[in-house]
Amino acid sequence: MSVDTSKVATTNATTPATGAKKPGRGGVVANWADERLGLGGLMKKNLRKVFPDHWSFMLGEVALWSFVVLLLSGVFLTLWFNPSMGEIEYQGSYDQLRDIPMSEAMASTLHISFDVRGGLLMRQIHHWAAMLFIAAMFVHLMRVFFTGAHRKPRELNWVIGSLLLLLGSLEGFTGYSLPDDLLSGTGVRAADGFMKSMPVVGTYMSFFLFGGEFPGESIIPRLYIVHVLLIPGLLLALIAAHMLLLVYHKHTQWPGPGRTEQNVVGFPMLPVYMAKAGGFFFIVFGVTALMGALLSINPVWKYGPYDPSKVTAGSQPDWYMGWPDGALRIMPGWESSFWGTTWSWNVFFPIIVLPGLMFTILLLLPFIESWITGDKREHHLLQRPRNAPTRTAVMVALMTFIGALWAAGGNDILAIKLHLSINQITYFMRAFVFVGPVLAFIITRRWCISLQRKDNQDLLHGFETGVILRSPEGGYTERHAPLPSSRQYTLTARDRGTVDAEAPGPDPSGLAPKQGRLSGLRRRLNTMWYADDVAKPTREELEEAHHHAEHEHELQAPLDGHAADGHQFDGHHAVEGEELRPRH
Amino acid sequence: MSEHTSDNLPVGPSGEEEPIANPGLPEHTWRPTDVDAKAEKRAERQVAFFFALSAICAVLFVVAYFSLDVGDNWDTFLGLGASNLALGTSLGGALLFIGIGVIQWARKLMGDHEIVEMRHPARSSDEDREGTLAALAAGLEESGISRRPLVRNSLLGSLAMLGLPAIVVLRDLGPLPGDVYDDEEYEGAGLERTVWKKGMRVVRDVIGTPIKPSEVEIGDLINCEPAILFETDEEGEPLLHGVEVQIAKSKGAVILVRMEPGDITHGEGRENWAVDGIVAYSKICTHVGCPISLYEQSTHHVLCPCHQSTFDLADSARVVFGPAARALPQLALEVDEEGYLVAQDDFNEPVGPSYWERDSE
Amino acid sequence: MRFLNRSAGRLSRHRRGPLAGLVVLLLGLLMTGGLYAALSPAQAEEAQTDAELVAKGKELFLVGCSFCHGRNAEGVLTQNGNQLGPSLVGVGAAAVDFQVETGRMPMVRPGTQNPPKPEAYDDEETAALAAYVASLGPGPAIPAESDYSIDGLSGEEREAAITRGGQIFLTNCTACHNFAGAGGALPRGRWAPSLQGVSEKHIYEALLTGPSQMPVFSNGNLSPEEKRDVIAYLKSLEEQPSYGGFTLGQLGPVSEGAAAWLLGMGTMVGFAVWIAAHTTRTSKKKVDA
Repeated sequence: MSVDTSKVATTNATTPATGAKKPGRGGVVANWADERLGLGGLMKKNLRKVFPDHWSFMLGEVALWSFVVLLLSGVFLTLWFNPSMGEIEYQGSYDQLRDIPMSEAMASTLHISFDVRGGLLMRQIHHWAAMLFIAAMFVHLMRVFFTGAHRKPRELNWVIGSLLLLLGSLEGFTGYSLPDDLLSGTGVRAADGFMKSMPVVGTYMSFFLFGGEFPGESIIPRLYIVHVLLIPGLLLALIAAHMLLLVYHKHTQWPGPGRTEQNVVGFPMLPVYMAKAGGFFFIVFGVTALMGALLSINPVWKYGPYDPSKVTAGSQPDWYMGWPDGALRIMPGWESSFWGTTWSWNVFFPIIVLPGLMFTILLLLPFIESWITGDKREHHLLQRPRNAPTRTAVMVALMTFIGALWAAGGNDILAIKLHLSINQITYFMRAFVFVGPVLAFIITRRWCISLQRKDNQDLLHGFETGVILRSPEGGYTERHAPLPSSRQYTLTARDRGTVDAEAPGPDPSGLAPKQGRLSGLRRRLNTMWYADDVAKPTREELEEAHHHAEHEHELQAPLDGHAADGHQFDGHHAVEGEELRPRH
Repeated sequence: MSEHTSDNLPVGPSGEEEPIANPGLPEHTWRPTDVDAKAEKRAERQVAFFFALSAICAVLFVVAYFSLDVGDNWDTFLGLGASNLALGTSLGGALLFIGIGVIQWARKLMGDHEIVEMRHPARSSDEDREGTLAALAAGLEESGISRRPLVRNSLLGSLAMLGLPAIVVLRDLGPLPGDVYDDEEYEGAGLERTVWKKGMRVVRDVIGTPIKPSEVEIGDLINCEPAILFETDEEGEPLLHGVEVQIAKSKGAVILVRMEPGDITHGEGRENWAVDGIVAYSKICTHVGCPISLYEQSTHHVLCPCHQSTFDLADSARVVFGPAARALPQLALEVDEEGYLVAQDDFNEPVGPSYWERDSE
Repeated sequence: MRFLNRSAGRLSRHRRGPLAGLVVLLLGLLMTGGLYAALSPAQAEEAQTDAELVAKGKELFLVGCSFCHGRNAEGVLTQNGNQLGPSLVGVGAAAVDFQVETGRMPMVRPGTQNPPKPEAYDDEETAALAAYVASLGPGPAIPAESDYSIDGLSGEEREAAITRGGQIFLTNCTACHNFAGAGGALPRGRWAPSLQGVSEKHIYEALLTGPSQMPVFSNGNLSPEEKRDVIAYLKSLEEQPSYGGFTLGQLGPVSEGAAAWLLGMGTMVGFAVWIAAHTTRTSKKKVDA
C-alpha cells in the first residue's frame, strides 16, 4: 500500500509542475533517460520527499560527509603511497631522516608530506576527517538513542549503524598503522600482543596475519588492502542500506502542533534539503580543510620510522581506540597457567572480551528495550530524553563507563597536565569504572524525573512570569501564566507511562509468551523501567488546574496595575497613594 | 489491539483521549525576504558575495600552489609551513563559502512552506504478503526441494564442504609457530628463542660499539642490542638482512643498567648474572610488547610508556605496578677475554607478551 | 576593627603555611647575596684564585645547602632513614651548575621531584658553589661550549650529526621525554620535564649527571660527540618550522583527539544549529503582486 504522493504537495505554495507541452532541451534529455531508466516514478515520489528540520538530525550527516571527504582525500593519498615494507634508505627532502633505513611505506609517507605540494594538507585532512567521522557517528548514535529513534521500525537501522561504528573504528586503526612510523608500529606491535593473548588460536592468528614472526614483511600490504578496499566497500554498502532504510521509514520528527505519528512535516528534498545537505557537505569539507591547514596531526617525521627497539612517551591510539586501551591500562596483572599453557586475562579480557561484549550490548539495546517495555508499536515521534528516564540513564551510564576508560587511556597525559600520579589515577579508575556508571544512572534517572515533574508543574500551574505581586496583607506571590497552547500540546504529546502493564496477558502479536523465570524477570524489569515515572496530567487534572488558576487570577486581579518599576525607590515618583520614602 | 489502528500505527497523541487536542500546524509567517523586495535583493547579493569569495579562495589556492615552496626549503609564515597553511586555508575557504552561500540561499530565499507527507507502516499489506507467500510456495513446489530430500541434502552437504577450500586456501598466509622454531631459517627463529647466545657481545643500540664494565657508571642506562645486528661477513655484507633485523630487534633489545651492587636482590640461581652491579633485562614489555626504557635510577623502576606496567630492576624486574603479569626476562651477563660484556646464554624464557602455548610454570 | 582582625588572621595563616620556610630561606639567600654584592665589589672584579672561589662556595654552601646536604656535603638522613639530601661528594661541578642554574636547587621541600624555577644564585655564586662541590671529590666538570656545539663542523658533518643525534634521541630519550621532547609521565607523580627551550649546556649536564630519577648517560655510555649530536637534533627540531600548523602541545594522539572533539565536533554542531535554526520572521503579510 503505497502512499499517493501526488496529494502530498498540496500545501506548497509553488505551482506544481505540469506536463510540458513542448519539451525544451532539458526535457529531451529527461525523456531520453526516462524511456531507458524509467526514473520518473521514483523521482516523483522522492524529489519532494519531506525531511523535518532540527539541528540534531544533521549529526549523522556530519559522519556521512566526513566519509566522502575520506574517500576523496584517500584517493589522493593512494596516488603516491607505497604500501611496502621493503627497506630503503630515505633520500627525500626531510634532512633529519636522510640516509636512515626505513620501509617504503614510511618513505612514501614522508614523500607525500614534504615533496608533494598539498600532500601534507591531504594527509592531515584525511586524518582529521577520520577522527570526525567516528566522533560524528558516536554523537549521532547518542542522539538516536536519547530520543528513542531506535524503536520499531528502525531497529535494523540501529544494527547497521552499530556495524558502521565498528567498521569505522577498524578502518581507523588500519589507517593509523599504514605510515609505518614509530607510533603506528607501536600500535601494530600491541595488536600482535592482543592477538597472542587469545587462548588456543592466538599465536596462529598472529603468525598468519604477520606472515611469520612479528613484524614480518606482510602486515602493511595486508592492512593496506583492508584499508582501501575491503572495509571501505563494506562501509559504502552499509551506508547505502542505512540511507535507503532512512528514506523508506521516513525521518522521525519531534512532536508538536500538526506533527503526529501518521505524518512527517518539514521541507522538501528539492530544493531546501538538497541545498541544506549539499551545503553542509561543503561546510564539513571546508572545516576539515581548515583543520588540516591549521592543526598539525601525526607529524610522522618527528616520530621517525618504526623500529622495534624504540618507543615514545605518550604512545596512544587515536581517540576511538582509547577506551579499550584505557581498560588495558587499569586491568590488574592477572595471568594463569595450566598444563603448560598461559592464559593472559590481563590482555584477553580488556582488549578482546570487553570490546566484543560492549559491541554486543550496543547492538542489542533496541531489542532489550522493547523486550522489557513490551512495546511493539511503531514510533515516529521522538521522545525527549527526560520522558524515558531509565533509557536515558542507561545510555548515560554506558557513556560514563566508556568515558572513564577513555580517560584512563590518557592517564599519562592527564598525570603531567593535571600534576597527578599515574598510579593514583589508575587506582581511582579501577574503582570508578564500576561506581561511576551506577552513580550516573541514579543521578540521570532522578534528574529526568524531576524534569518531568517540572513539565507537569508548568502544564498545571503555568510558568513563572517573574512578576511578583504583593497582597494587601503584605504577602508576596509570583504570578503564574499559562503556557501557550502549542507548547502545552507539545508537552503532553507523549506516551502515558507503561505500555503493557494494563494488559499482562499474551503478546499483542498473538504468540504465546514463555511463562516461567524469564517472563518473571521481564515483569520485574518492566516495573523498574517505569518506576517513579511521572505521567502527564489527564484532561480532568488540567481542567481542574485551569479552574483553580482562574480563581487565583480573580483574587490577584485587584493587585494588577501596581507593578513596581523600580523608580519609586529613588524618589522619581511615588506609587499611587503610598510613600515609600518618608519626606523630610 | 485497541491502541492500534488497522495499519499498525498507534493511535498517536492526537487521539481523542489526549488531554490537549492537537491544535494543528501553526499558521505560516513570512520572512523579511518574502515580503520586502529590498531585503530580498540584499539576501541575493549576500549569497552571491559568498560564492564570489569562494571563487577568490580557489584562485588563491592555485597561486599558493605554484608560488610556495615545499621540500627541503619550506616557505614559512609565523613559524608554520606556509604551503600547508595557505593551501589549506584557501581550500577551506573555497569550500566553506560555497556551503555558507548555499545554505543562506536556502534559509533566506528558497520556499519555506512546511509540507506534510503521510507515513505508511513499514509492513507490507496483507494482500502483498499473501501474494508473496503464494509465489514462494509455488516456486518451492516447482523446484521440488521438499519432495526430493536426496537432492536437497546433497546440495547442502556440498555447499558446506565448499567452506573447507575457503578456509584451507588461507593456510599459506603464514608459517606455523612450531615450524618457524623447528626450521630455524634465520637466527633466533621462533617465539622461544632470540638471537642471543653464549658469548655474544652486548652493544650500544644505534652506535653498535661493545661495552666494558669500567665504562658504565652507577645510574647509567644503556639501550643495547645483540652484536650480531651490527656484524658483517667477510665481504662486508651484514649478517642479518631486512626483516631478519626487525625480528631480531623486536626480541633481542635489552636495557643495561648499573646500580650499587648492594641494592640488587638477586633472584634464585641468578647470583652470577650481574657484573659489578651491571644487569641486563629484555627491553620488550611482557604485557603486549612495547619497548620499555623509562628507567628511574633513583628507584631502579622501569615504566612502560604504553600501559604503565612498572618493573623493579633491582629485584629481578618483578612487576610492581600495572597490567603486566610477569617479570622482564633477565639476560645473564659475563665478561669476555677482551673485557667486554657478553651474554652467558640466550634468555631462559620467551621474551615479550604471553601467548597460549607459553609454558609459564 | 573587623578589617584589622581579618588582616591579622591572614598573616598568621601565612606564617603557618608550608611555603613559609621557603620564603624565609629565599629571603635569607637574597640578603646573603645582597650583602656579598655590597660588601665585596672590589674582590669580585678581580680574578679570583681557585682557592678563594672554593672558600666562597663553602661559605654559601653552609648557609644555603648544608641543612639538607650536611655541613661537609656528606648527605643527611632523617630519623626514619629517608634521605633528606644526598651526599654531594663526587657529583661534580656539572651537577651543581645544572641544579642551581635551572633553579631546581635549592629545593622547596625534600622528597618529591624538584621543578625548575627562577634561580636563586647569580652566576658568580653558582660558580663558587660548583667549585666547592667539585673540590670534594672528582666528578664531571661543567662542559665547555665546544663540547655541545656543532658550529665547528662542516655543513655535511652537521647534517650527519643531526641525523645520528635523532636516532640516538629516539632510542634513549623519547621513552620518557616524548618524540618531540615535550616531556612525559613517570611513576608516582613524577615526570620527565619538557626539553623544549632548555639550553644546550643544561641538557649536556643533565645527560652527564642524571639529575633526580633520570638515568646517567656518562661518557662511557654516550660519548661526548653523541651527546652533542642529540643536543643538535633537539635544537634542529626547535628551529624547524611547524610544517603542518599549530602543534597542539606535541603530546600525541590524546591532544589530537581532544582537538577533534572540541574544535572539530564543536564547529560541526555549531553549523548544524545554524542550518536548522529558524530565520527571522516578520508580522507583515505577503502581498501577491
